[in-house]
Amino acid sequence: MVESKHWSSILFNVLNYLILGLLALSCLIPLVHVFAISLSSSAAATGGLVNLWPVDFTIESYAYVARRAAFWRAMGISILRSVVGVTINMFFCILCAYPLSKEKDQFRARTFYAWYFFLTMLVSGGLIPLYMVVRMTGLMGTFWALVIPGAVPVYNIILLLNFFRQTPRELEDAAIIDGATQWRIMWQVYVPTSTAALATVALLSTVYHWNEWFHGILYMNSPDQYPLQSYLRTIVIDMNLSKMGANDWQALVVVSDKTVKCAQIFLASLPILLVYPFLQRYFVKGMVLGSVKG
Amino acid sequence: MSKPVNTASLRRRGALKRELPFHLMLLPGVILVFIYMYVPLSGLIIAFQKFIPAKGLFGNQKWIGWDNFIYLYHLPGAISALRNTIIIAFWKILLHLVIPITVSILLNEVQNAAFRRTAQTLVYLPHFLSWIILGGILIDILSPNGGFVNKILGLFGVKPIFFLGSNDHFRFTLIATDVWKEFGFNTIVYLAAITNIDPNQYEAATIDGANRFQRMIYITLPNMRMIIVLMMVLSLGNVLNAGFDQVFNLYSKQVYSTGDILDTFIYRIGLLDAQFGVATAMGMFKSVVSTLFISVSYYCAYRFADYRIF
Repeated sequence: MVESKHWSSILFNVLNYLILGLLALSCLIPLVHVFAISLSSSAAATGGLVNLWPVDFTIESYAYVARRAAFWRAMGISILRSVVGVTINMFFCILCAYPLSKEKDQFRARTFYAWYFFLTMLVSGGLIPLYMVVRMTGLMGTFWALVIPGAVPVYNIILLLNFFRQTPRELEDAAIIDGATQWRIMWQVYVPTSTAALATVALLSTVYHWNEWFHGILYMNSPDQYPLQSYLRTIVIDMNLSKMGANDWQALVVVSDKTVKCAQIFLASLPILLVYPFLQRYFVKGMVLGSVKG
Repeated sequence: MSKPVNTASLRRRGALKRELPFHLMLLPGVILVFIYMYVPLSGLIIAFQKFIPAKGLFGNQKWIGWDNFIYLYHLPGAISALRNTIIIAFWKILLHLVIPITVSILLNEVQNAAFRRTAQTLVYLPHFLSWIILGGILIDILSPNGGFVNKILGLFGVKPIFFLGSNDHFRFTLIATDVWKEFGFNTIVYLAAITNIDPNQYEAATIDGANRFQRMIYITLPNMRMIIVLMMVLSLGNVLNAGFDQVFNLYSKQVYSTGDILDTFIYRIGLLDAQFGVATAMGMFKSVVSTLFISVSYYCAYRFADYRIF
């Protein structure tokens, strides 16, 4: 596009870069601020002297967190939850999306099943009935409460089935002539040709499991079973504003120190920052795939 | 037995055999969805019971008709939670449309590819952080005692504002921070729509003497019409979703009057006060209204924007 060098166009450019630059910075600065506090001395942090650069640089807060068994136990639970949860999600996602991606002439009950899954996106029983069912099925207070109730990711299934449908049917027909079963066609024809979509769905699941905090608080019996985000809540949120829930574990009083809090906030977001380049690439694809079709 | 019947039943058996693997693949998923989504749905009967948890979900509970709903109606906090929910959700729906649309048009006008890419990378970031992380960060930077935001406002002579603890500012803070978290990510669908616009349209307009602003208003925006309508319609399903994750991690007792929403109210009366029946009644109210809105929105999206989910 050839741009006229009219004054209004130049003014617009200046304002545009300014506005977008400020918006972009607003998304970065809070994280930089927290990182700077985590590397500052307690006195400087508590005195409000730290802005975007550490004051009295020290890694004392990280050394402190490194010694905190509770933090690493919660981190371990979160990692385990992400690995197990994503594996289970992917298993159900592929297994459900594949038959649902078939045309009606291949699988007559397709519409029925599609509605069966889709309806769960329209209606929900809400908090209390689900809580009761989790209790009835004996998951309360166990690790499985974090991965089983949400094992079938309906939204991801819809994303994946729409992607599966773009696979040319000739590939499948050829495999059938060669005597392949549906099971083999799914694993050896559809899955290998859909790696981009599978990566998107896997990342969606990973971010969900890493960030999910409510089920930990809801279904676990004691804080030492909490995944990282639920544990973090007891430290950075409960201690500040709401005094709800049981605050009887004294260990937390010791870590109410600002720099240590910020160190833990930063460490908990680190995994997301590390995979962020992939997240950006695949999420953009997934979003576009999910919402603007045809 | 006549021949045609035979072949017909054979064909049917053939089809069943051919489709059997599909049924088997779906079976585990169907069972889990039944247990954790459909059984809780039938659990909504709790709303009409004087529910005693020890007796179990389908135990012998006492039926009390609409009493739980009537009790809620007279509970002062409940009506205020409903009002807060609608106000907060309304502003969020509106701004989650307007801001991303504006930002995506502005991003499209940036010619410097490196700047554009960097800006996009940064604005998507908050979407991927949980409300625990962001809650922790916001509680710190919004603090009235030397919080980063108040320090900056102080440079312009503004007195410290208690964003999270004052009823004058809490709703605004909720709406603003939620928009801040999601606006970048929400530009993605609009940018995708802009990318699909035929460059010839811009060229033709330029030749006809349209300036930059006219091209934005008369070409970019109208070409985004479909996706804007679609997003508008689909967001209607959120009328009663004020954002539990956010509110639960940012609110406190002193801002209940402006910040308490249906979901946080349900959590407190249900799981903290153990009034399961009353909490489920409120949950059911929310479910019914939401389902109505979501269904209508999907139907409209299907009718007017040719939107199909599967």
